Amino acid sequence: MANARPIHGGMPSGPGPSPGSSTPAAPDLPDRRAGLRDGLLGGARRASAGLGALVLLILYNVVFNADAFLTRQAFNINATQVATIVIVGVGMTLVIATGGIDLSVGALMAIAGSVAAMILLSTRAPWDIPYLGGALAIAIPILVAGAFGLGNGALVTGFGIQPIIATLVLFIAGRGIAQVITDGELKSFREPDWQYIGLGRPFGVPFQALLALAVVAVAAWAMRVTTFGRYVLAIGGNEQAARLAGVPVRRVKLAVYAISGLLAGLAGLVEIAINSASDANRVGLNRELDAIAAVAVGGTVLTGGRASVLGTLIGALTIQLIRYTLLTEGASDAVARVVTAGAIVVAVLLQRRRGS
Amino acid sequence: MAATAPPLPASEPRADAQADRRAQLGSLVQRQGAILALGLTLLFGWWRYGDNGFTGSYNLTEALRYNAMFALIALGMTFVIMTGGIDLSVGAVAVIGSVLAARLSGEGVWVAIGGAVLAGVAVGLLNGGLIAAFRIQPFIVTLATLLAGRGLALILSGNATVSLSTDAFTNGFIELSSRNLGRVPLPAAIAAVAFVAGSVVLNLTRFGRHVLAFGGNEEAARLAGLPVSRTIVAVYALSGGLAGLAGAILAAQTFAGNPNEAVGWELSAIAAVVVGGTLLTGGLGSVWTTLVGVLLLGAIINMLNFESLDPYWQQVIRGLFLLVVVVLQSRLAGRRRSVA
Repeated sequence: MANARPIHGGMPSGPGPSPGSSTPAAPDLPDRRAGLRDGLLGGARRASAGLGALVLLILYNVVFNADAFLTRQAFNINATQVATIVIVGVGMTLVIATGGIDLSVGALMAIAGSVAAMILLSTRAPWDIPYLGGALAIAIPILVAGAFGLGNGALVTGFGIQPIIATLVLFIAGRGIAQVITDGELKSFREPDWQYIGLGRPFGVPFQALLALAVVAVAAWAMRVTTFGRYVLAIGGNEQAARLAGVPVRRVKLAVYAISGLLAGLAGLVEIAINSASDANRVGLNRELDAIAAVAVGGTVLTGGRASVLGTLIGALTIQLIRYTLLTEGASDAVARVVTAGAIVVAVLLQRRRGS
Repeated sequence: MAATAPPLPASEPRADAQADRRAQLGSLVQRQGAILALGLTLLFGWWRYGDNGFTGSYNLTEALRYNAMFALIALGMTFVIMTGGIDLSVGAVAVIGSVLAARLSGEGVWVAIGGAVLAGVAVGLLNGGLIAAFRIQPFIVTLATLLAGRGLALILSGNATVSLSTDAFTNGFIELSSRNLGRVPLPAAIAAVAFVAGSVVLNLTRFGRHVLAFGGNEEAARLAGLPVSRTIVAVYALSGGLAGLAGAILAAQTFAGNPNEAVGWELSAIAAVVVGGTLLTGGLGSVWTTLVGVLLLGAIINMLNFESLDPYWQQVIRGLFLLVVVVLQSRLAGRRRSVA
């Protein structure tokens, strides 16, 4: 009872727009290089629980499980499985940093997958023109998912609907929409060039892993050194204050939900490329939960105001390696789920302790 | 969950009476709008599907039997949401309850129900304990117990559907779902009793006052010396227990404990609470609006069954319906909050 801090809603929001960094919040943007350095260190520090666990997991596997773990195959499996979670998780990080949540990302992955499959299977112009059709099968699904994301943002900003409810609408309807697009059928295809986004191996590394790293790099940079990043954190820290300080709250929120949608669309394409098929019932299933867990383990506070894109990467890798380690040690999938859930709570708990 | 409503004009002491009255009207519509919508929906169903048996006693009885499970879960969710929290674990808890009840179904009705409810309460205590003691956000804690609960259900079931014991068909267990009291199915009767009890607890007991008080402003409740931690733990235990009970009914209804059932029930329950008119920010609401929300969503789904629609169109329509309701709610709630 000594610690009188509210649990629900009113989390302590830091005094400045970036409570995690060591520089005091200056009215103007800090020196770019200092900002980037603080970002890297600050992100790692906030995700330290996850980072520590990640190092331990890697060490454990290197010492006790080297034959299986230190192989290209194991690397590829882990990188492939974690890539879409990271891509979706980056968008989720931005949304959560503004104090929101996006439950619709798994459904948006399914919608993007359905749209792409229909384009790839179409025999009519312009869809059947070589390369143009393939390019459209990437651009259009991502834009469609982004448009739905923008719709989420409009519900949140225009109508003041709670983000969990606003995005619940598409969580419920989205998979239905995806199946309406494919008429409820599983759509299989074979487009080796197009499927490079899921099956390509440049330098022996899964293409989608590089894609995920690129997304992380761009987002981490944007959060640290751009005005947009500052705005996102300012809104999550104290929306009212941000509004009074002249932050274009509405536009920034629309943007983060749209970005979350775009990235979900990209992740959906990767997934159907891996499977050579689009199954609207399965693409992106439960990915919203994976992404939220990765964000939480990564040290981003769920009430907003603090965000670590690198932390989300670390969180996703940690969760992935916990599962991988348990499964290679012969634990059942069910046990792995229980342990993973426990690990999520412990990681969040450790961050809370450190934060207070 | 941080409130993200746009800034509302603070109610000044000299707010004119006209705005006040309009706000009260908005509040009334928000409170009673769901009942109105339910009435219109049933009327539409009677007109459109009456000849196909929508209003026939068979359809109504079976619809009530099915929706009673959602009603129980949504009741617990209402209490949780009134404290400003959220419980994402209820679907997983229901599945644990149904697997346990199926395993225990040979030992008698009360053992099976007791096992399911106790397991639910245990998960709820864990939720509430973690939230109250360590101040982790309800969303994260219950997300973790959702994931863990699904795993636990797989472990308890040995990764397969658990059939009821043969004794369950004679010792009264399946009657937990199949029995009718007059024309009312037993699950619906149980849900009705639970809602009456819930209403009494909320409005007439000190616990109920605490739930409403600190959902409105937890900090103020804490400073006023209310037992915030205890109330949180109790609310999540209640939600878990009701979800466990719903799970036992599910086992009796499907003759099995299937660890892969009840996917997304937590979100259906949240939708029912919101459709009914309880605000997610806590502090306001009534259990009866939740019951109306459950019946409304149930009626819509039931009517869709009369159309020979593909199931995926049903999902689209359910989503659209939720969209319309929350947009209307937000318009009306804005006025209401400016009064409160």
